[in-house]
Amino acid sequence: MVSTYGGDIDSLMYLIYYIVGAWFLLTYGAIALFLILYRRREGRRATYIEGNSLREAAWILVPCLIVLVLDLWIDFRGGEVWAKVKRQRPPSDLRVQVTSKQFNWEMLYPGPDGQFETGDDLQLENELHVPVNKVVWVVLKSKDVIHSFFLPHLRLKQDAVPGRTIEAWFKATKPGRYEIPCAELCGFGHSGMNGWLIVHPADEYERWVKEQWPSS
Amino acid sequence: MSSRAEVEERVSFFRRYVFSVDHKMIAKQYLAIGLFWAVVGGLLAYLMRWQLAYPDTEVPGWGFIGPEFYNMLVTMHGTIMVFFVAMPILLGAFGNFLIPLMVGAQDMAFPRLNMLSVWTLALSSIVLLISFFIPGGAASAGWTGYPPLSAKPIYTGINWGLNLWILALALEFASFLMGGINFLTTPINLRAPGLSMFRLPLLVWMQMTAAILFMLSVGPLIAGAVMLLLDRVAGTSFYLPQGGGDPLLWQHLFWFFGHPEVYVILLPGLGIILEILPVFSRKSIFGYRPIIYSTIAAGMLSFTVWAHHQFISGMDPRLAMPFSLTTIIISVPFALIVFAMIATLWRGSISFPTPMLFALGTLAVFLIGGLTGIFNGSAPVDIYIHDTYFVVAHFHYTLFSALFFAGFAGLYFWFPKMFGRMMSEALGKLHFWLTFLLFNAVFIPMFFVGAGGMMRRIANPMQYEFLRPLQPINVSITIASILLLLAQLPFVLNFFWSLFAGQVAERNPWQANTLEWSAPSPPPHGNFETVPIVYRGPYEYSHPSVPEDWLPQDRPTMPTLRQSSGQAAAV
Repeated sequence: MVSTYGGDIDSLMYLIYYIVGAWFLLTYGAIALFLILYRRREGRRATYIEGNSLREAAWILVPCLIVLVLDLWIDFRGGEVWAKVKRQRPPSDLRVQVTSKQFNWEMLYPGPDGQFETGDDLQLENELHVPVNKVVWVVLKSKDVIHSFFLPHLRLKQDAVPGRTIEAWFKATKPGRYEIPCAELCGFGHSGMNGWLIVHPADEYERWVKEQWPSS
Repeated sequence: MSSRAEVEERVSFFRRYVFSVDHKMIAKQYLAIGLFWAVVGGLLAYLMRWQLAYPDTEVPGWGFIGPEFYNMLVTMHGTIMVFFVAMPILLGAFGNFLIPLMVGAQDMAFPRLNMLSVWTLALSSIVLLISFFIPGGAASAGWTGYPPLSAKPIYTGINWGLNLWILALALEFASFLMGGINFLTTPINLRAPGLSMFRLPLLVWMQMTAAILFMLSVGPLIAGAVMLLLDRVAGTSFYLPQGGGDPLLWQHLFWFFGHPEVYVILLPGLGIILEILPVFSRKSIFGYRPIIYSTIAAGMLSFTVWAHHQFISGMDPRLAMPFSLTTIIISVPFALIVFAMIATLWRGSISFPTPMLFALGTLAVFLIGGLTGIFNGSAPVDIYIHDTYFVVAHFHYTLFSALFFAGFAGLYFWFPKMFGRMMSEALGKLHFWLTFLLFNAVFIPMFFVGAGGMMRRIANPMQYEFLRPLQPINVSITIASILLLLAQLPFVLNFFWSLFAGQVAERNPWQANTLEWSAPSPPPHGNFETVPIVYRGPYEYSHPSVPEDWLPQDRPTMPTLRQSSGQAAAV
C-alpha cells in the first residue's frame, strides 16, 4: 500500500466484500434451488402459506436480524477507519496549500519559514513533491467551482469547495510518481485535469528542497 | 339514460386520445412519453460509451464528440432516465393504469387534475427538448447540477440550456405533485366495498408510499432550484461564496430530495414484482404485512440518509458516521422485502412466462444493486469509490432493475389488460435473455473499472496513466452496451406487432386474483360493468378451500365450497 491508511480502507472493503459475497451466494443459491425444486409440475399444487404470523415470518425476520448485526459490524469497523483518515490528523511534517481552479492544481509551499503568504513561498503547477514516510497536510481551497482532490493509489479523496478551507492529510509509504486526477465534474476541461504527486526518498527530498530554496 | 359505452362512442377523437380524462389513456400517454425519452436516453448512452472506448474518434452515425458535448451527454442521460423515463413509466404509466383498476374504482379521484399532470409533463418534455437545440446546447453541469458550476454561465459556457433544464425540472415536479394527489386520494377514498387498506395489492401500497415520499422531499429541492435560477439570472449569491453563499447548501437540498427520489422510482418497480411473483408461483406473497411495514420504515429512513452522497464534500466529518449508520441500516427493510420475495417462491408451483422471467431478473439484478450499496454506504470505503464507476455500476443495478427489468415485467404482464392482446412469448423470452446477459456484461465490469479508480464523468480515460490498463475493459463494456441497445429491438417488434396482430386476450389470461383482471380487456372508460365487491386479500393462490389454484378478490365464496374446505385441505 502506498499510504498508511490505504490498507485500512482496503481491508474494510474486503470485509464488506466477504459479507455481501456470502449473502450473494446464499440468496442466489436459495433462488436457484427454489426455481428448480418448485417448478411447475403436473399434479402438484403450491402450498398455501401467508407468512404473516410471527412463527412463519421468523423465516425472513431472523435473516434480517443477521443483516442488522453484520451492518453494525461494518459500521463500527468503518467508524474506526473513518476517524483515522478524516478526523484524527497526526501533527504535520509538511503543509502544502492546494488551490484548485479550472483546470489545474496550484501547489503552494510555505518555504523554510513554514508560513503561507510570505516571501519564500513557492508555487508549482500540478506537481506535489513530498517526502516519504512523513505526514503531509493538504490545505484545500478552490478558486471557482467544486473540484475533488483524488489520490487513487493512496486512497484519499477530498472535495475542494470554493469559500472553504478543508484540510486533508496523508503519509505516503512508497516513493514514486502518482497521479492526482480531479474527481468532481468541474467543466469542459474536467477530463484531463490531472496533477502528479512525487513521493521522494528522504535524501532525494532534501536535495529537492535545496534546489528550490538555495539560500536556506 | 345512456350507458357509459354509448357516451364513449360520442366522445370526440381529441377528448378520447389527446385531452382524455380516462386514467388508462393518460397512462398510455405517460408510457409514450417515457418510451420516447428512453430511446433518447439510450442513444445518449451509446454516444458516451463510444467516446469512452474510442476517445476522440468519430462516432458512427453521429460524428465527433468533444469534452463539452460529453458533459452534456452525461448530464442529460441522467436527467432523462430519472425524471423523464423512470417516473413517467413507473409512476405515470403503471400507477395511473393500475391504481383505479386495483382498487375497483371507475377512475382516479380527480380525472381533470390527472389530465393536467400529464400535459404538464408534456410541456416539461418540450422545454427539455428545446434545450438541446438552442445556442450553446443543453445543460452540462451533471444531473445533480452542483453549483457553483451550475450557478454561473461562465463556468460551463451554457446559459439558456441550463435555465431551461431548471424550468423543465420544475414543471416535471409540478406534474408529479399533481399526479401524487390522485395516487393518494384514489386508494384512500375510492376503494370498492370490502376492500380494506390491508386488502390492497402491494403495488398500490408502493405507489402510495412513493407519492408521499415525493411530496415530502421535493419541496426543499424546488426552493433550491428557484435559488439556483436566481443565482443564474438575477445576480443573487445563494450558492456563490464570493457573495456570501455556500455551494454545499445545494447538495443538502438536492440529496434530501435525491435519496427519497431513488425510492420513488424503486418502490413502484418492486411493487410490480410483488404482483407478478405470486401469480406465477401460484402462491400467496410471503409476509404481506411485514412487507408493508418495511416499505413504510424504508420510506421514513430515506429522509435520514441524504448526506451519504456527501461524505467527502467538505461537510463536517463528524456527520459521516451517523449518516453511514442510517444508510447501512436501511438495508434491513429492503433485505426483508427481498427475503419475502424469495420465500414466496418456496413451495410454490413456478412457471416461467416472460413477465415472470423479467420479475426474477429484477430480483437477481436488484440484489446485486442492494449488496454493492453497502460499499458506498460505508463512509471510509466511499472515500475511495466516491465518484468512480463503482457508483455508476451500483446505481444502474438498482435503477435499471427497477426501471427496465421491472418495467418490462409489468409491460409484458399488463399488456393484455392495457391493449386487449397478448404479446409474443418467443420474442419476449429472446428479449429477456439478451437483455439479462448483456446488462450484466455491461455493468459487472464497471464495478472492476470503478474499483480500479476510474472516475465518473471523464470524457477520455486515456488521459490518465493509471487508467490505461483498464481500457480493454472499457472497450468490452462499450461493445456489450451497443448490443444491449440492439437487444431492445425484439421488444419494439413485439410491442407493435402484438398491438395490432397479437392473440386477443381474455379477461384474466394469467389467472390472477387482483381486481383489474375482473374488468374487460381492455377496460372501457369507467372500467367495471358492475362495482366489484371484495371478499379477501389480493394473493389467495392455491387456497385449500377451492379446487382452482386462484381465488379472485371479488369472487363470493360459495357455501358449498366453505363446507368442503376441510376435505380440500386434507388433499
